[in-house]
Amino acid sequence: MPLAVSCRELRKRYGDVIAVDGLSLDVHRGECFGLLGPNGAGKTTTIEILEGLLTPDTGDVEVLGLRWKTHERELRHRLGIQLQESQFTDKLTVEETLRLFRSFYAQGRSIDALLAMVELESKRRSWVVKLSGGQKQRLSIACALVGDPDLLFLDEPSTGLDPQSRRQLWSVLQTFRAGGGTIVLTTHYMDEAEVLCDRVAIVDHGRMIALDTPKALVSALAAPKMVVQEGTLEDVFMSLTGRHLRDE
Amino acid sequence: MTSNDTRGGAHHPLIELTLARLREFVREPEALFWSFLFPIVMTIAMAIAFPSRASQAVRVGVPSGAASDGLRKTLAADVGIALRDVPEGDELRELREGTVHVIVHPGDPPTYRFDPSRDESRVARLVVDNALKRAAGRADPWSAREDAVAIAGSRYVDWLIPGILGLGIMNNGMWSIGFMTVQARLRKLLKRLVASPMRKREFLMAPVLARLLFLTPEVAVPLLFGWLAFGMPIRGSVMSIAGVALIGALTFGAIGLLVGSRVRTFEAISGLMNLMSVPMWVLSGVFFSASNFPAVVQPVIQALPLTAFVDALRAVVLEGSTLTAVRGELMILATWMVLSFAIALRIFKWR
Repeated sequence: MPLAVSCRELRKRYGDVIAVDGLSLDVHRGECFGLLGPNGAGKTTTIEILEGLLTPDTGDVEVLGLRWKTHERELRHRLGIQLQESQFTDKLTVEETLRLFRSFYAQGRSIDALLAMVELESKRRSWVVKLSGGQKQRLSIACALVGDPDLLFLDEPSTGLDPQSRRQLWSVLQTFRAGGGTIVLTTHYMDEAEVLCDRVAIVDHGRMIALDTPKALVSALAAPKMVVQEGTLEDVFMSLTGRHLRDE
Repeated sequence: MTSNDTRGGAHHPLIELTLARLREFVREPEALFWSFLFPIVMTIAMAIAFPSRASQAVRVGVPSGAASDGLRKTLAADVGIALRDVPEGDELRELREGTVHVIVHPGDPPTYRFDPSRDESRVARLVVDNALKRAAGRADPWSAREDAVAIAGSRYVDWLIPGILGLGIMNNGMWSIGFMTVQARLRKLLKRLVASPMRKREFLMAPVLARLLFLTPEVAVPLLFGWLAFGMPIRGSVMSIAGVALIGALTFGAIGLLVGSRVRTFEAISGLMNLMSVPMWVLSGVFFSASNFPAVVQPVIQALPLTAFVDALRAVVLEGSTLTAVRGELMILATWMVLSFAIALRIFKWR
């Protein structure tokens, strides 16, 4: 069985800024793979290249054993995608939005099943503009799951969510994985990566600077002072990328 | 969990996309209000400003004072003349403002003061001249028999209403589609949609189709208003009026898509829309005949989509022309439609 995602030596530059600088990675079927990194590290550019929304300057991408150039339509039917900043139409209801997205796919889940999965049944007839941040995010996940995808791409899915909404999101993603699905997600929440991901790649300045299971990274790289009180992935992240604050 | 029926109860994507645009539009009450009210407000305003002039008296002034008594008596006897006294310092102002069209100064011979570049002043001069010479004892060699006919449909208001109808369809098509497109781009909804298996062509066709469903009231409201309020004749068949309106609406929808195909801000889309539509407001013969413009620019004016649309609407509504009779105009519209849509599909920015 081919890998879910395989890319080699991706490079993408915007003017003087090198967003992705020779990045290679493999994601296995059934895996949940996390891309971690500070703002501006190149996570979004990388995931958008994998999603076929951006073309790399150089490098090679295969998704589900297929290439974007030759199999775009088939890939679009088999992927679920959630983007960081997309907003749905304010004055459509939750159900109308889902039905619209459902119409694009030949195969997929029923609207009722999706509403149940993301616990939005009671909001079925509410306009999108009336939803809370967490509810909008769940609608966005439901739209990504509408075609019953083999592979799910999520770009910072829990940014801006309160703790309850995050837990709810995690449980939706765990259900998806239990059904055999593969997930590639970006996040800058370390606890989220530890809970969800089988393996994480830490990315900075467009390069991969670490790749392993969360546990292995913690035991190998967490600062020595953390030995007494067990280290976390957060410590690993800080020691690798530095402690200074960064702006987007 | 997977449902096997195709599209899980949803309609064909083109229908779902069209429904989404329709819902978005009807849930915006202001947009709805203006798209139906605009042509009526415009027609009433223009009908008040430019009433039918056939039976109107010409407005003639004479200087205040006893010196004008003789003139005043002679001119007042003519039913075609509305007479008023003009104080000495106000003559130029009253002429400029059109309160009077000509001022007659007593004398032998009298003096006519008027601006020969104004049509109504030239007419008033002729009426005054005729009245005074007859009163002075001019003998006419003969008097022509007058065969006066009243042609419904030849008044300004009759001519105006199909023009305003065309203008309304152009505006609604271009602005609603252009704005919705820019909004979807700003909100990154376009980017999300192209990340799905949606067909781009269908996305671009949907708003144009959604416009068509609003076309019936958009056409019917101003025409019925003209018929009921002004007795405007509707001579064409429903089929030919519908046919012209349909092709026009599709054309301006496609132009709206093209204008909105790469724009990222509301300021830019407003500017571009005005750049496209304002010249047509002036040149395309909506408010006054396009034949007033010099012959050199006529080929350009005739090639504009609004000129073709308004000409075709007037022909079917006022003259009862068939679709075959206006095929030249329809061809111009179809060319604009096909080219705009094809270019929009190519250059459209989805991110």
